[in-house]
Amino acid sequence: MFRNQYDTDVTTWSPAGRLHQIEYAMEAVKQGSAAIGLRSSTHVVLGTLLRAASELSSYQRKVFKIDDHMGIAIAGLNADGRVLSRYMRNECINHNFVFESPMPVGRLVTQVADKSQVSTQRASARPYGVGLLVAGYDESGPHLYNTDPSGNYFEYYAMAIGARSQAAKTYLERKFEGFKEASLDELVKHALFAVKESLQFLPCSPLAFGGRAYE
Amino acid sequence: MLGPAPGPPAAHVPYAGESSVPGAAGHKFDVPVDGPAKHTNDPYVTGTSVLGIKYKDGVLIAADTLASYGSTIRYKSIERLHKVNDHTLLGASGEISDYQYISNLLEELATDDFNHDDGLQLNPKEIYAYLTRVLYNRRNKFDPLWNSLVIGGVKNGKSFLGVVGMIGAAYEDDHVATGFGNHLARPIFRSEHRPDMTEDEGVALLEKCLRVLYYRDKQSINKVQVAKVTEKGIEISRPYALASEWSYQAFVDPTKGAEGSW
Repeated sequence: MFRNQYDTDVTTWSPAGRLHQIEYAMEAVKQGSAAIGLRSSTHVVLGTLLRAASELSSYQRKVFKIDDHMGIAIAGLNADGRVLSRYMRNECINHNFVFESPMPVGRLVTQVADKSQVSTQRASARPYGVGLLVAGYDESGPHLYNTDPSGNYFEYYAMAIGARSQAAKTYLERKFEGFKEASLDELVKHALFAVKESLQFLPCSPLAFGGRAYE
Repeated sequence: MLGPAPGPPAAHVPYAGESSVPGAAGHKFDVPVDGPAKHTNDPYVTGTSVLGIKYKDGVLIAADTLASYGSTIRYKSIERLHKVNDHTLLGASGEISDYQYISNLLEELATDDFNHDDGLQLNPKEIYAYLTRVLYNRRNKFDPLWNSLVIGGVKNGKSFLGVVGMIGAAYEDDHVATGFGNHLARPIFRSEHRPDMTEDEGVALLEKCLRVLYYRDKQSINKVQVAKVTEKGIEISRPYALASEWSYQAFVDPTKGAEGSW
């Protein structure tokens, strides 16, 4: 029988130079329903696909307000997303108390990424199974960041994460050059189109109506 | 019958060298390893007034370079103006060691900004808020940092000037002064200061006030520094001497008209 010998804990390297547990955590992000974000020179917009886990349940919240100038959209394990959003809210409040000014978005994102990085290096902690799109506005303007369980983070003009996010990403890649000058309404429209790309059944397909595959 | 006889338990018998009286020599207390807590109950080495004004292009802050040991003129070249970052300046009066501690805290914040390498630096208002929190926090531990701090700066074309006291009380104004300066310099500021002064006018006003302080505040000397903060950055002058004039009749014969009985 084949058995992966290199995925029993997060700190063990595979001979191919990979950390399997971290990659599994990144996989959890891909299982969550899509979240997208995009930015103009004045605004950032987040969009998510709210998908009910079953016919009998409601959907779960995927967009969280962090502070008056910041919000996140999550894909992956919702519970982990709430833990991180609580952490981010706390950091913003503490910063605001000490410095009487809003927390710079990029600074908070590095802190979250550093927090995620810790669990790639210590066997006693499980990596977060969630990816974040962080949208915020600070003295250097609007920002959109993505963090993931590996501790990597990048700033983006537009980004999509989660299930079938590749389709949304393709849409954004095709359109992003117009985002910079776009108005808020246009940005929201692009966000909706991008989210639509991540739907399994497009609204026009009979399956979508018959099967109630989307909310 | 087995075991000890019934009755009240035997009292603890002190062993050799142990006293049963709390506080008596030899009595064992749980003393923390680093000893009892120590508080600054009075300042030892202190700096006197710091003056600050807004002017046309930003903020000017001035102080002398004396660190007194009680009433002794102990250290005559202690610089009390500190560049926090590219647009924030701190002037400190009060306990010098506490000021050094505060400088270290601010150095840490500046290093942190540098390490992030994102071009962001705390602005003067944030430094002011931070110091207010630190000083108020320490006064709540009944272990105050014995300082009055003047914070000045320019960011995005706006000048900032504020003071924080040793109990965390803080305010902003167009002109500020700490310690003796509150009594001797601020009345002069009130009648002569304008926020649209030129640099030369501002420096002249500060020097006038420093001179008045030098005449009347025995814990001051005439070796001073003036610093300016503008949109372009911070310049702190080298220490220089203020000219003084002691041949006034009142100085020559200080007890005239007020002779004592002996």
